[in-house]
Amino acid sequence: MSTTEAAQKVHDEPQLKFLDKPIEADATTDIIYMMCPMHLLTIEDQVKEIETGQILSILTDYDGALEDIPEWCLKTGNEFIGIFEDDDHYKFFIKKIKES
Amino acid sequence: MKKIYMDHVATNPLHPEVLDAMLPFFKENYGNPLSLYEPGIKAREAIEHARESTASLINAKAKEIIFTSSGAESNNFALKGIASAHQNKGKHIIVSRVEHHSILNSARFLEKQGFAVTYLPVDNYGRVNPADVEKAVNDETILISIIHASSEIGTIQPIADIGKIAHEKGIVFHTDSVAATGNIPVDVKALNVDLMTFAAHQFYGPKGAAALYVREGSRIVPLIYGGIQEGGRRAGTENVPAIVGMGKAAEITIRDLQKRIDHVLPKRDSMISTGLSVDKVILTGHPEQRLPGHASFVVEYIEGEAMLMMLAVKGIYSASGSACSSKALKSSPVLISIGVPVHLAQGSVVFTIGESTTDEDITYFNETFPQIITRLREISPYSKGWEGTEDATCTAKK
Repeated sequence: MSTTEAAQKVHDEPQLKFLDKPIEADATTDIIYMMCPMHLLTIEDQVKEIETGQILSILTDYDGALEDIPEWCLKTGNEFIGIFEDDDHYKFFIKKIKES
Repeated sequence: MKKIYMDHVATNPLHPEVLDAMLPFFKENYGNPLSLYEPGIKAREAIEHARESTASLINAKAKEIIFTSSGAESNNFALKGIASAHQNKGKHIIVSRVEHHSILNSARFLEKQGFAVTYLPVDNYGRVNPADVEKAVNDETILISIIHASSEIGTIQPIADIGKIAHEKGIVFHTDSVAATGNIPVDVKALNVDLMTFAAHQFYGPKGAAALYVREGSRIVPLIYGGIQEGGRRAGTENVPAIVGMGKAAEITIRDLQKRIDHVLPKRDSMISTGLSVDKVILTGHPEQRLPGHASFVVEYIEGEAMLMMLAVKGIYSASGSACSSKALKSSPVLISIGVPVHLAQGSVVFTIGESTTDEDITYFNETFPQIITRLREISPYSKGWEGTEDATCTAKK
C-alpha cells in the first residue's frame, strides 16, 4: 500500500483526525526509517517519560503506524490527538491521560 | 625459533580478561536477549553494560552505539544508510582515495545507484587537506566520509578540522576509525563526527564485534531489517559473547591506553630508525601524525611478498599493507595515492606492534630486517634494474 493509499484509508476512518498543521509537543521522538514494531515499543517507552497531560509527538514513515498508533491509544486509554502528514513522514500527536 | 607478531593492525590477540568476561556467555548465560525470563534478562543486561563501556571509550552516549559484526558492516551501514536517508536533499558524497575497501566499494555501489562521488586526493603523507574537502562540497553534498587513520601507512587524518567544515555546511560526517580507536585517544565530540566505525579486535577484543556510533538525532536507514535489536536499526540476534567482549575490551582500553602508547612509541621509533638506516628504504605515511605502533616502509628493488616470506622464516610476522598487493600483485591504491611510483609500491612492508612486543623483539627486528633486505637484494633481479608498467604488472627488466 502506498503512503497515499494508506493515508486515504485512515481518512476514511471516522475516528481518525488529520491535522492541518503540527501542534506543539512536550517531547518528540524521531523513528523515521524504523519498521514495525519499533513505533509501538517507542510509544510505550516515551509515554513513560512524560507527565500526565503532556503531549508526545512521534515522527515515522511507517504506514502501519496509521492503524497501530490510534489503536494503541484506544487500548491504553491515552488520547490520540491526530496526525500531521509532512513531506515524507507522519507526525503523530498523543496526549498522556494515564499511566500505562 | 622466536615468533614475533608484528601485524597488530590486522588483528590482535584476545586480552585474557576479555576471554574471562566472554566465557560465561558461551556456557551458562546462553539466553536470547529478547527473551523475558532470567537467562534472556541476564544477556540483555550484559549487552547494555557493554554498550555503556563501548560508548565511554569514545565519549558517546550508550544509545548512540549500534553493535555490528565488523568494521566493514559498520562502514557499509554508514554510507548506504546515510545516502538512503538523505537522498532527497542531494546525491553527492565525498570520500578520500585512501579509504578502506568497505568504504570505496560502498561508494562505488552508490555510484551505480545514481549518486555522484568525489574521491579526494591526499598529500605525500596520505593526509587529506581540509581545504580540498571544502572545495569539493556542493549543494548536493549529503555525506563526507574520511578514514581516521590508515592501517597501511599509519597516517592520522585531521578529522576534527574536516568535521568542522562538514558541520558548518550542514553535511553528515562519518569517519572509519577502525585502525585508530583503541590505539589513540578518540572523542567523537572533539572530532566533530556524526558517525564513526570502530572494531573490537583492534583493541584486544574479539573478532565479530564492532560498532557504528550514530550521533543522537541522526536518521539512518537500516542495512538489515528484521527484529527490534539495536533499537530496530540493526536486526539479528545479538552475538552476545562478542559484544560482552567488546565492552570489556573497551573498559581495559580506557584503563590501559596511555600505558600502551608509552610502551610502543619508543619501540616504533627505533624500528623506523632502523628501516631508514638502510639505503633506498622510504618511510610511508606521516612521520609524526601516525599511529603509535605503526612502522611502514617501501623497500626499493625488492618485491614485498618475498620480504614477508623471508621475515616469516625468521619468525617475524608482518604485512605488505593491502589486499591488492598481497593477493593480486597489484599496486596498493593508498601507495599510488601518496605518490609512490608503481614499481616501488611492490616493495611495501608494514610492521605494527602492540602491548606484547618486547625490547628484545625490537633488538631482534633491528638486526634481522636490514639483513633480509641485503640478502634479497643480492638475489633479486629487480636490483639490477626495474621496469614498471602502468597496469602495475611486475615486469623485471630483461
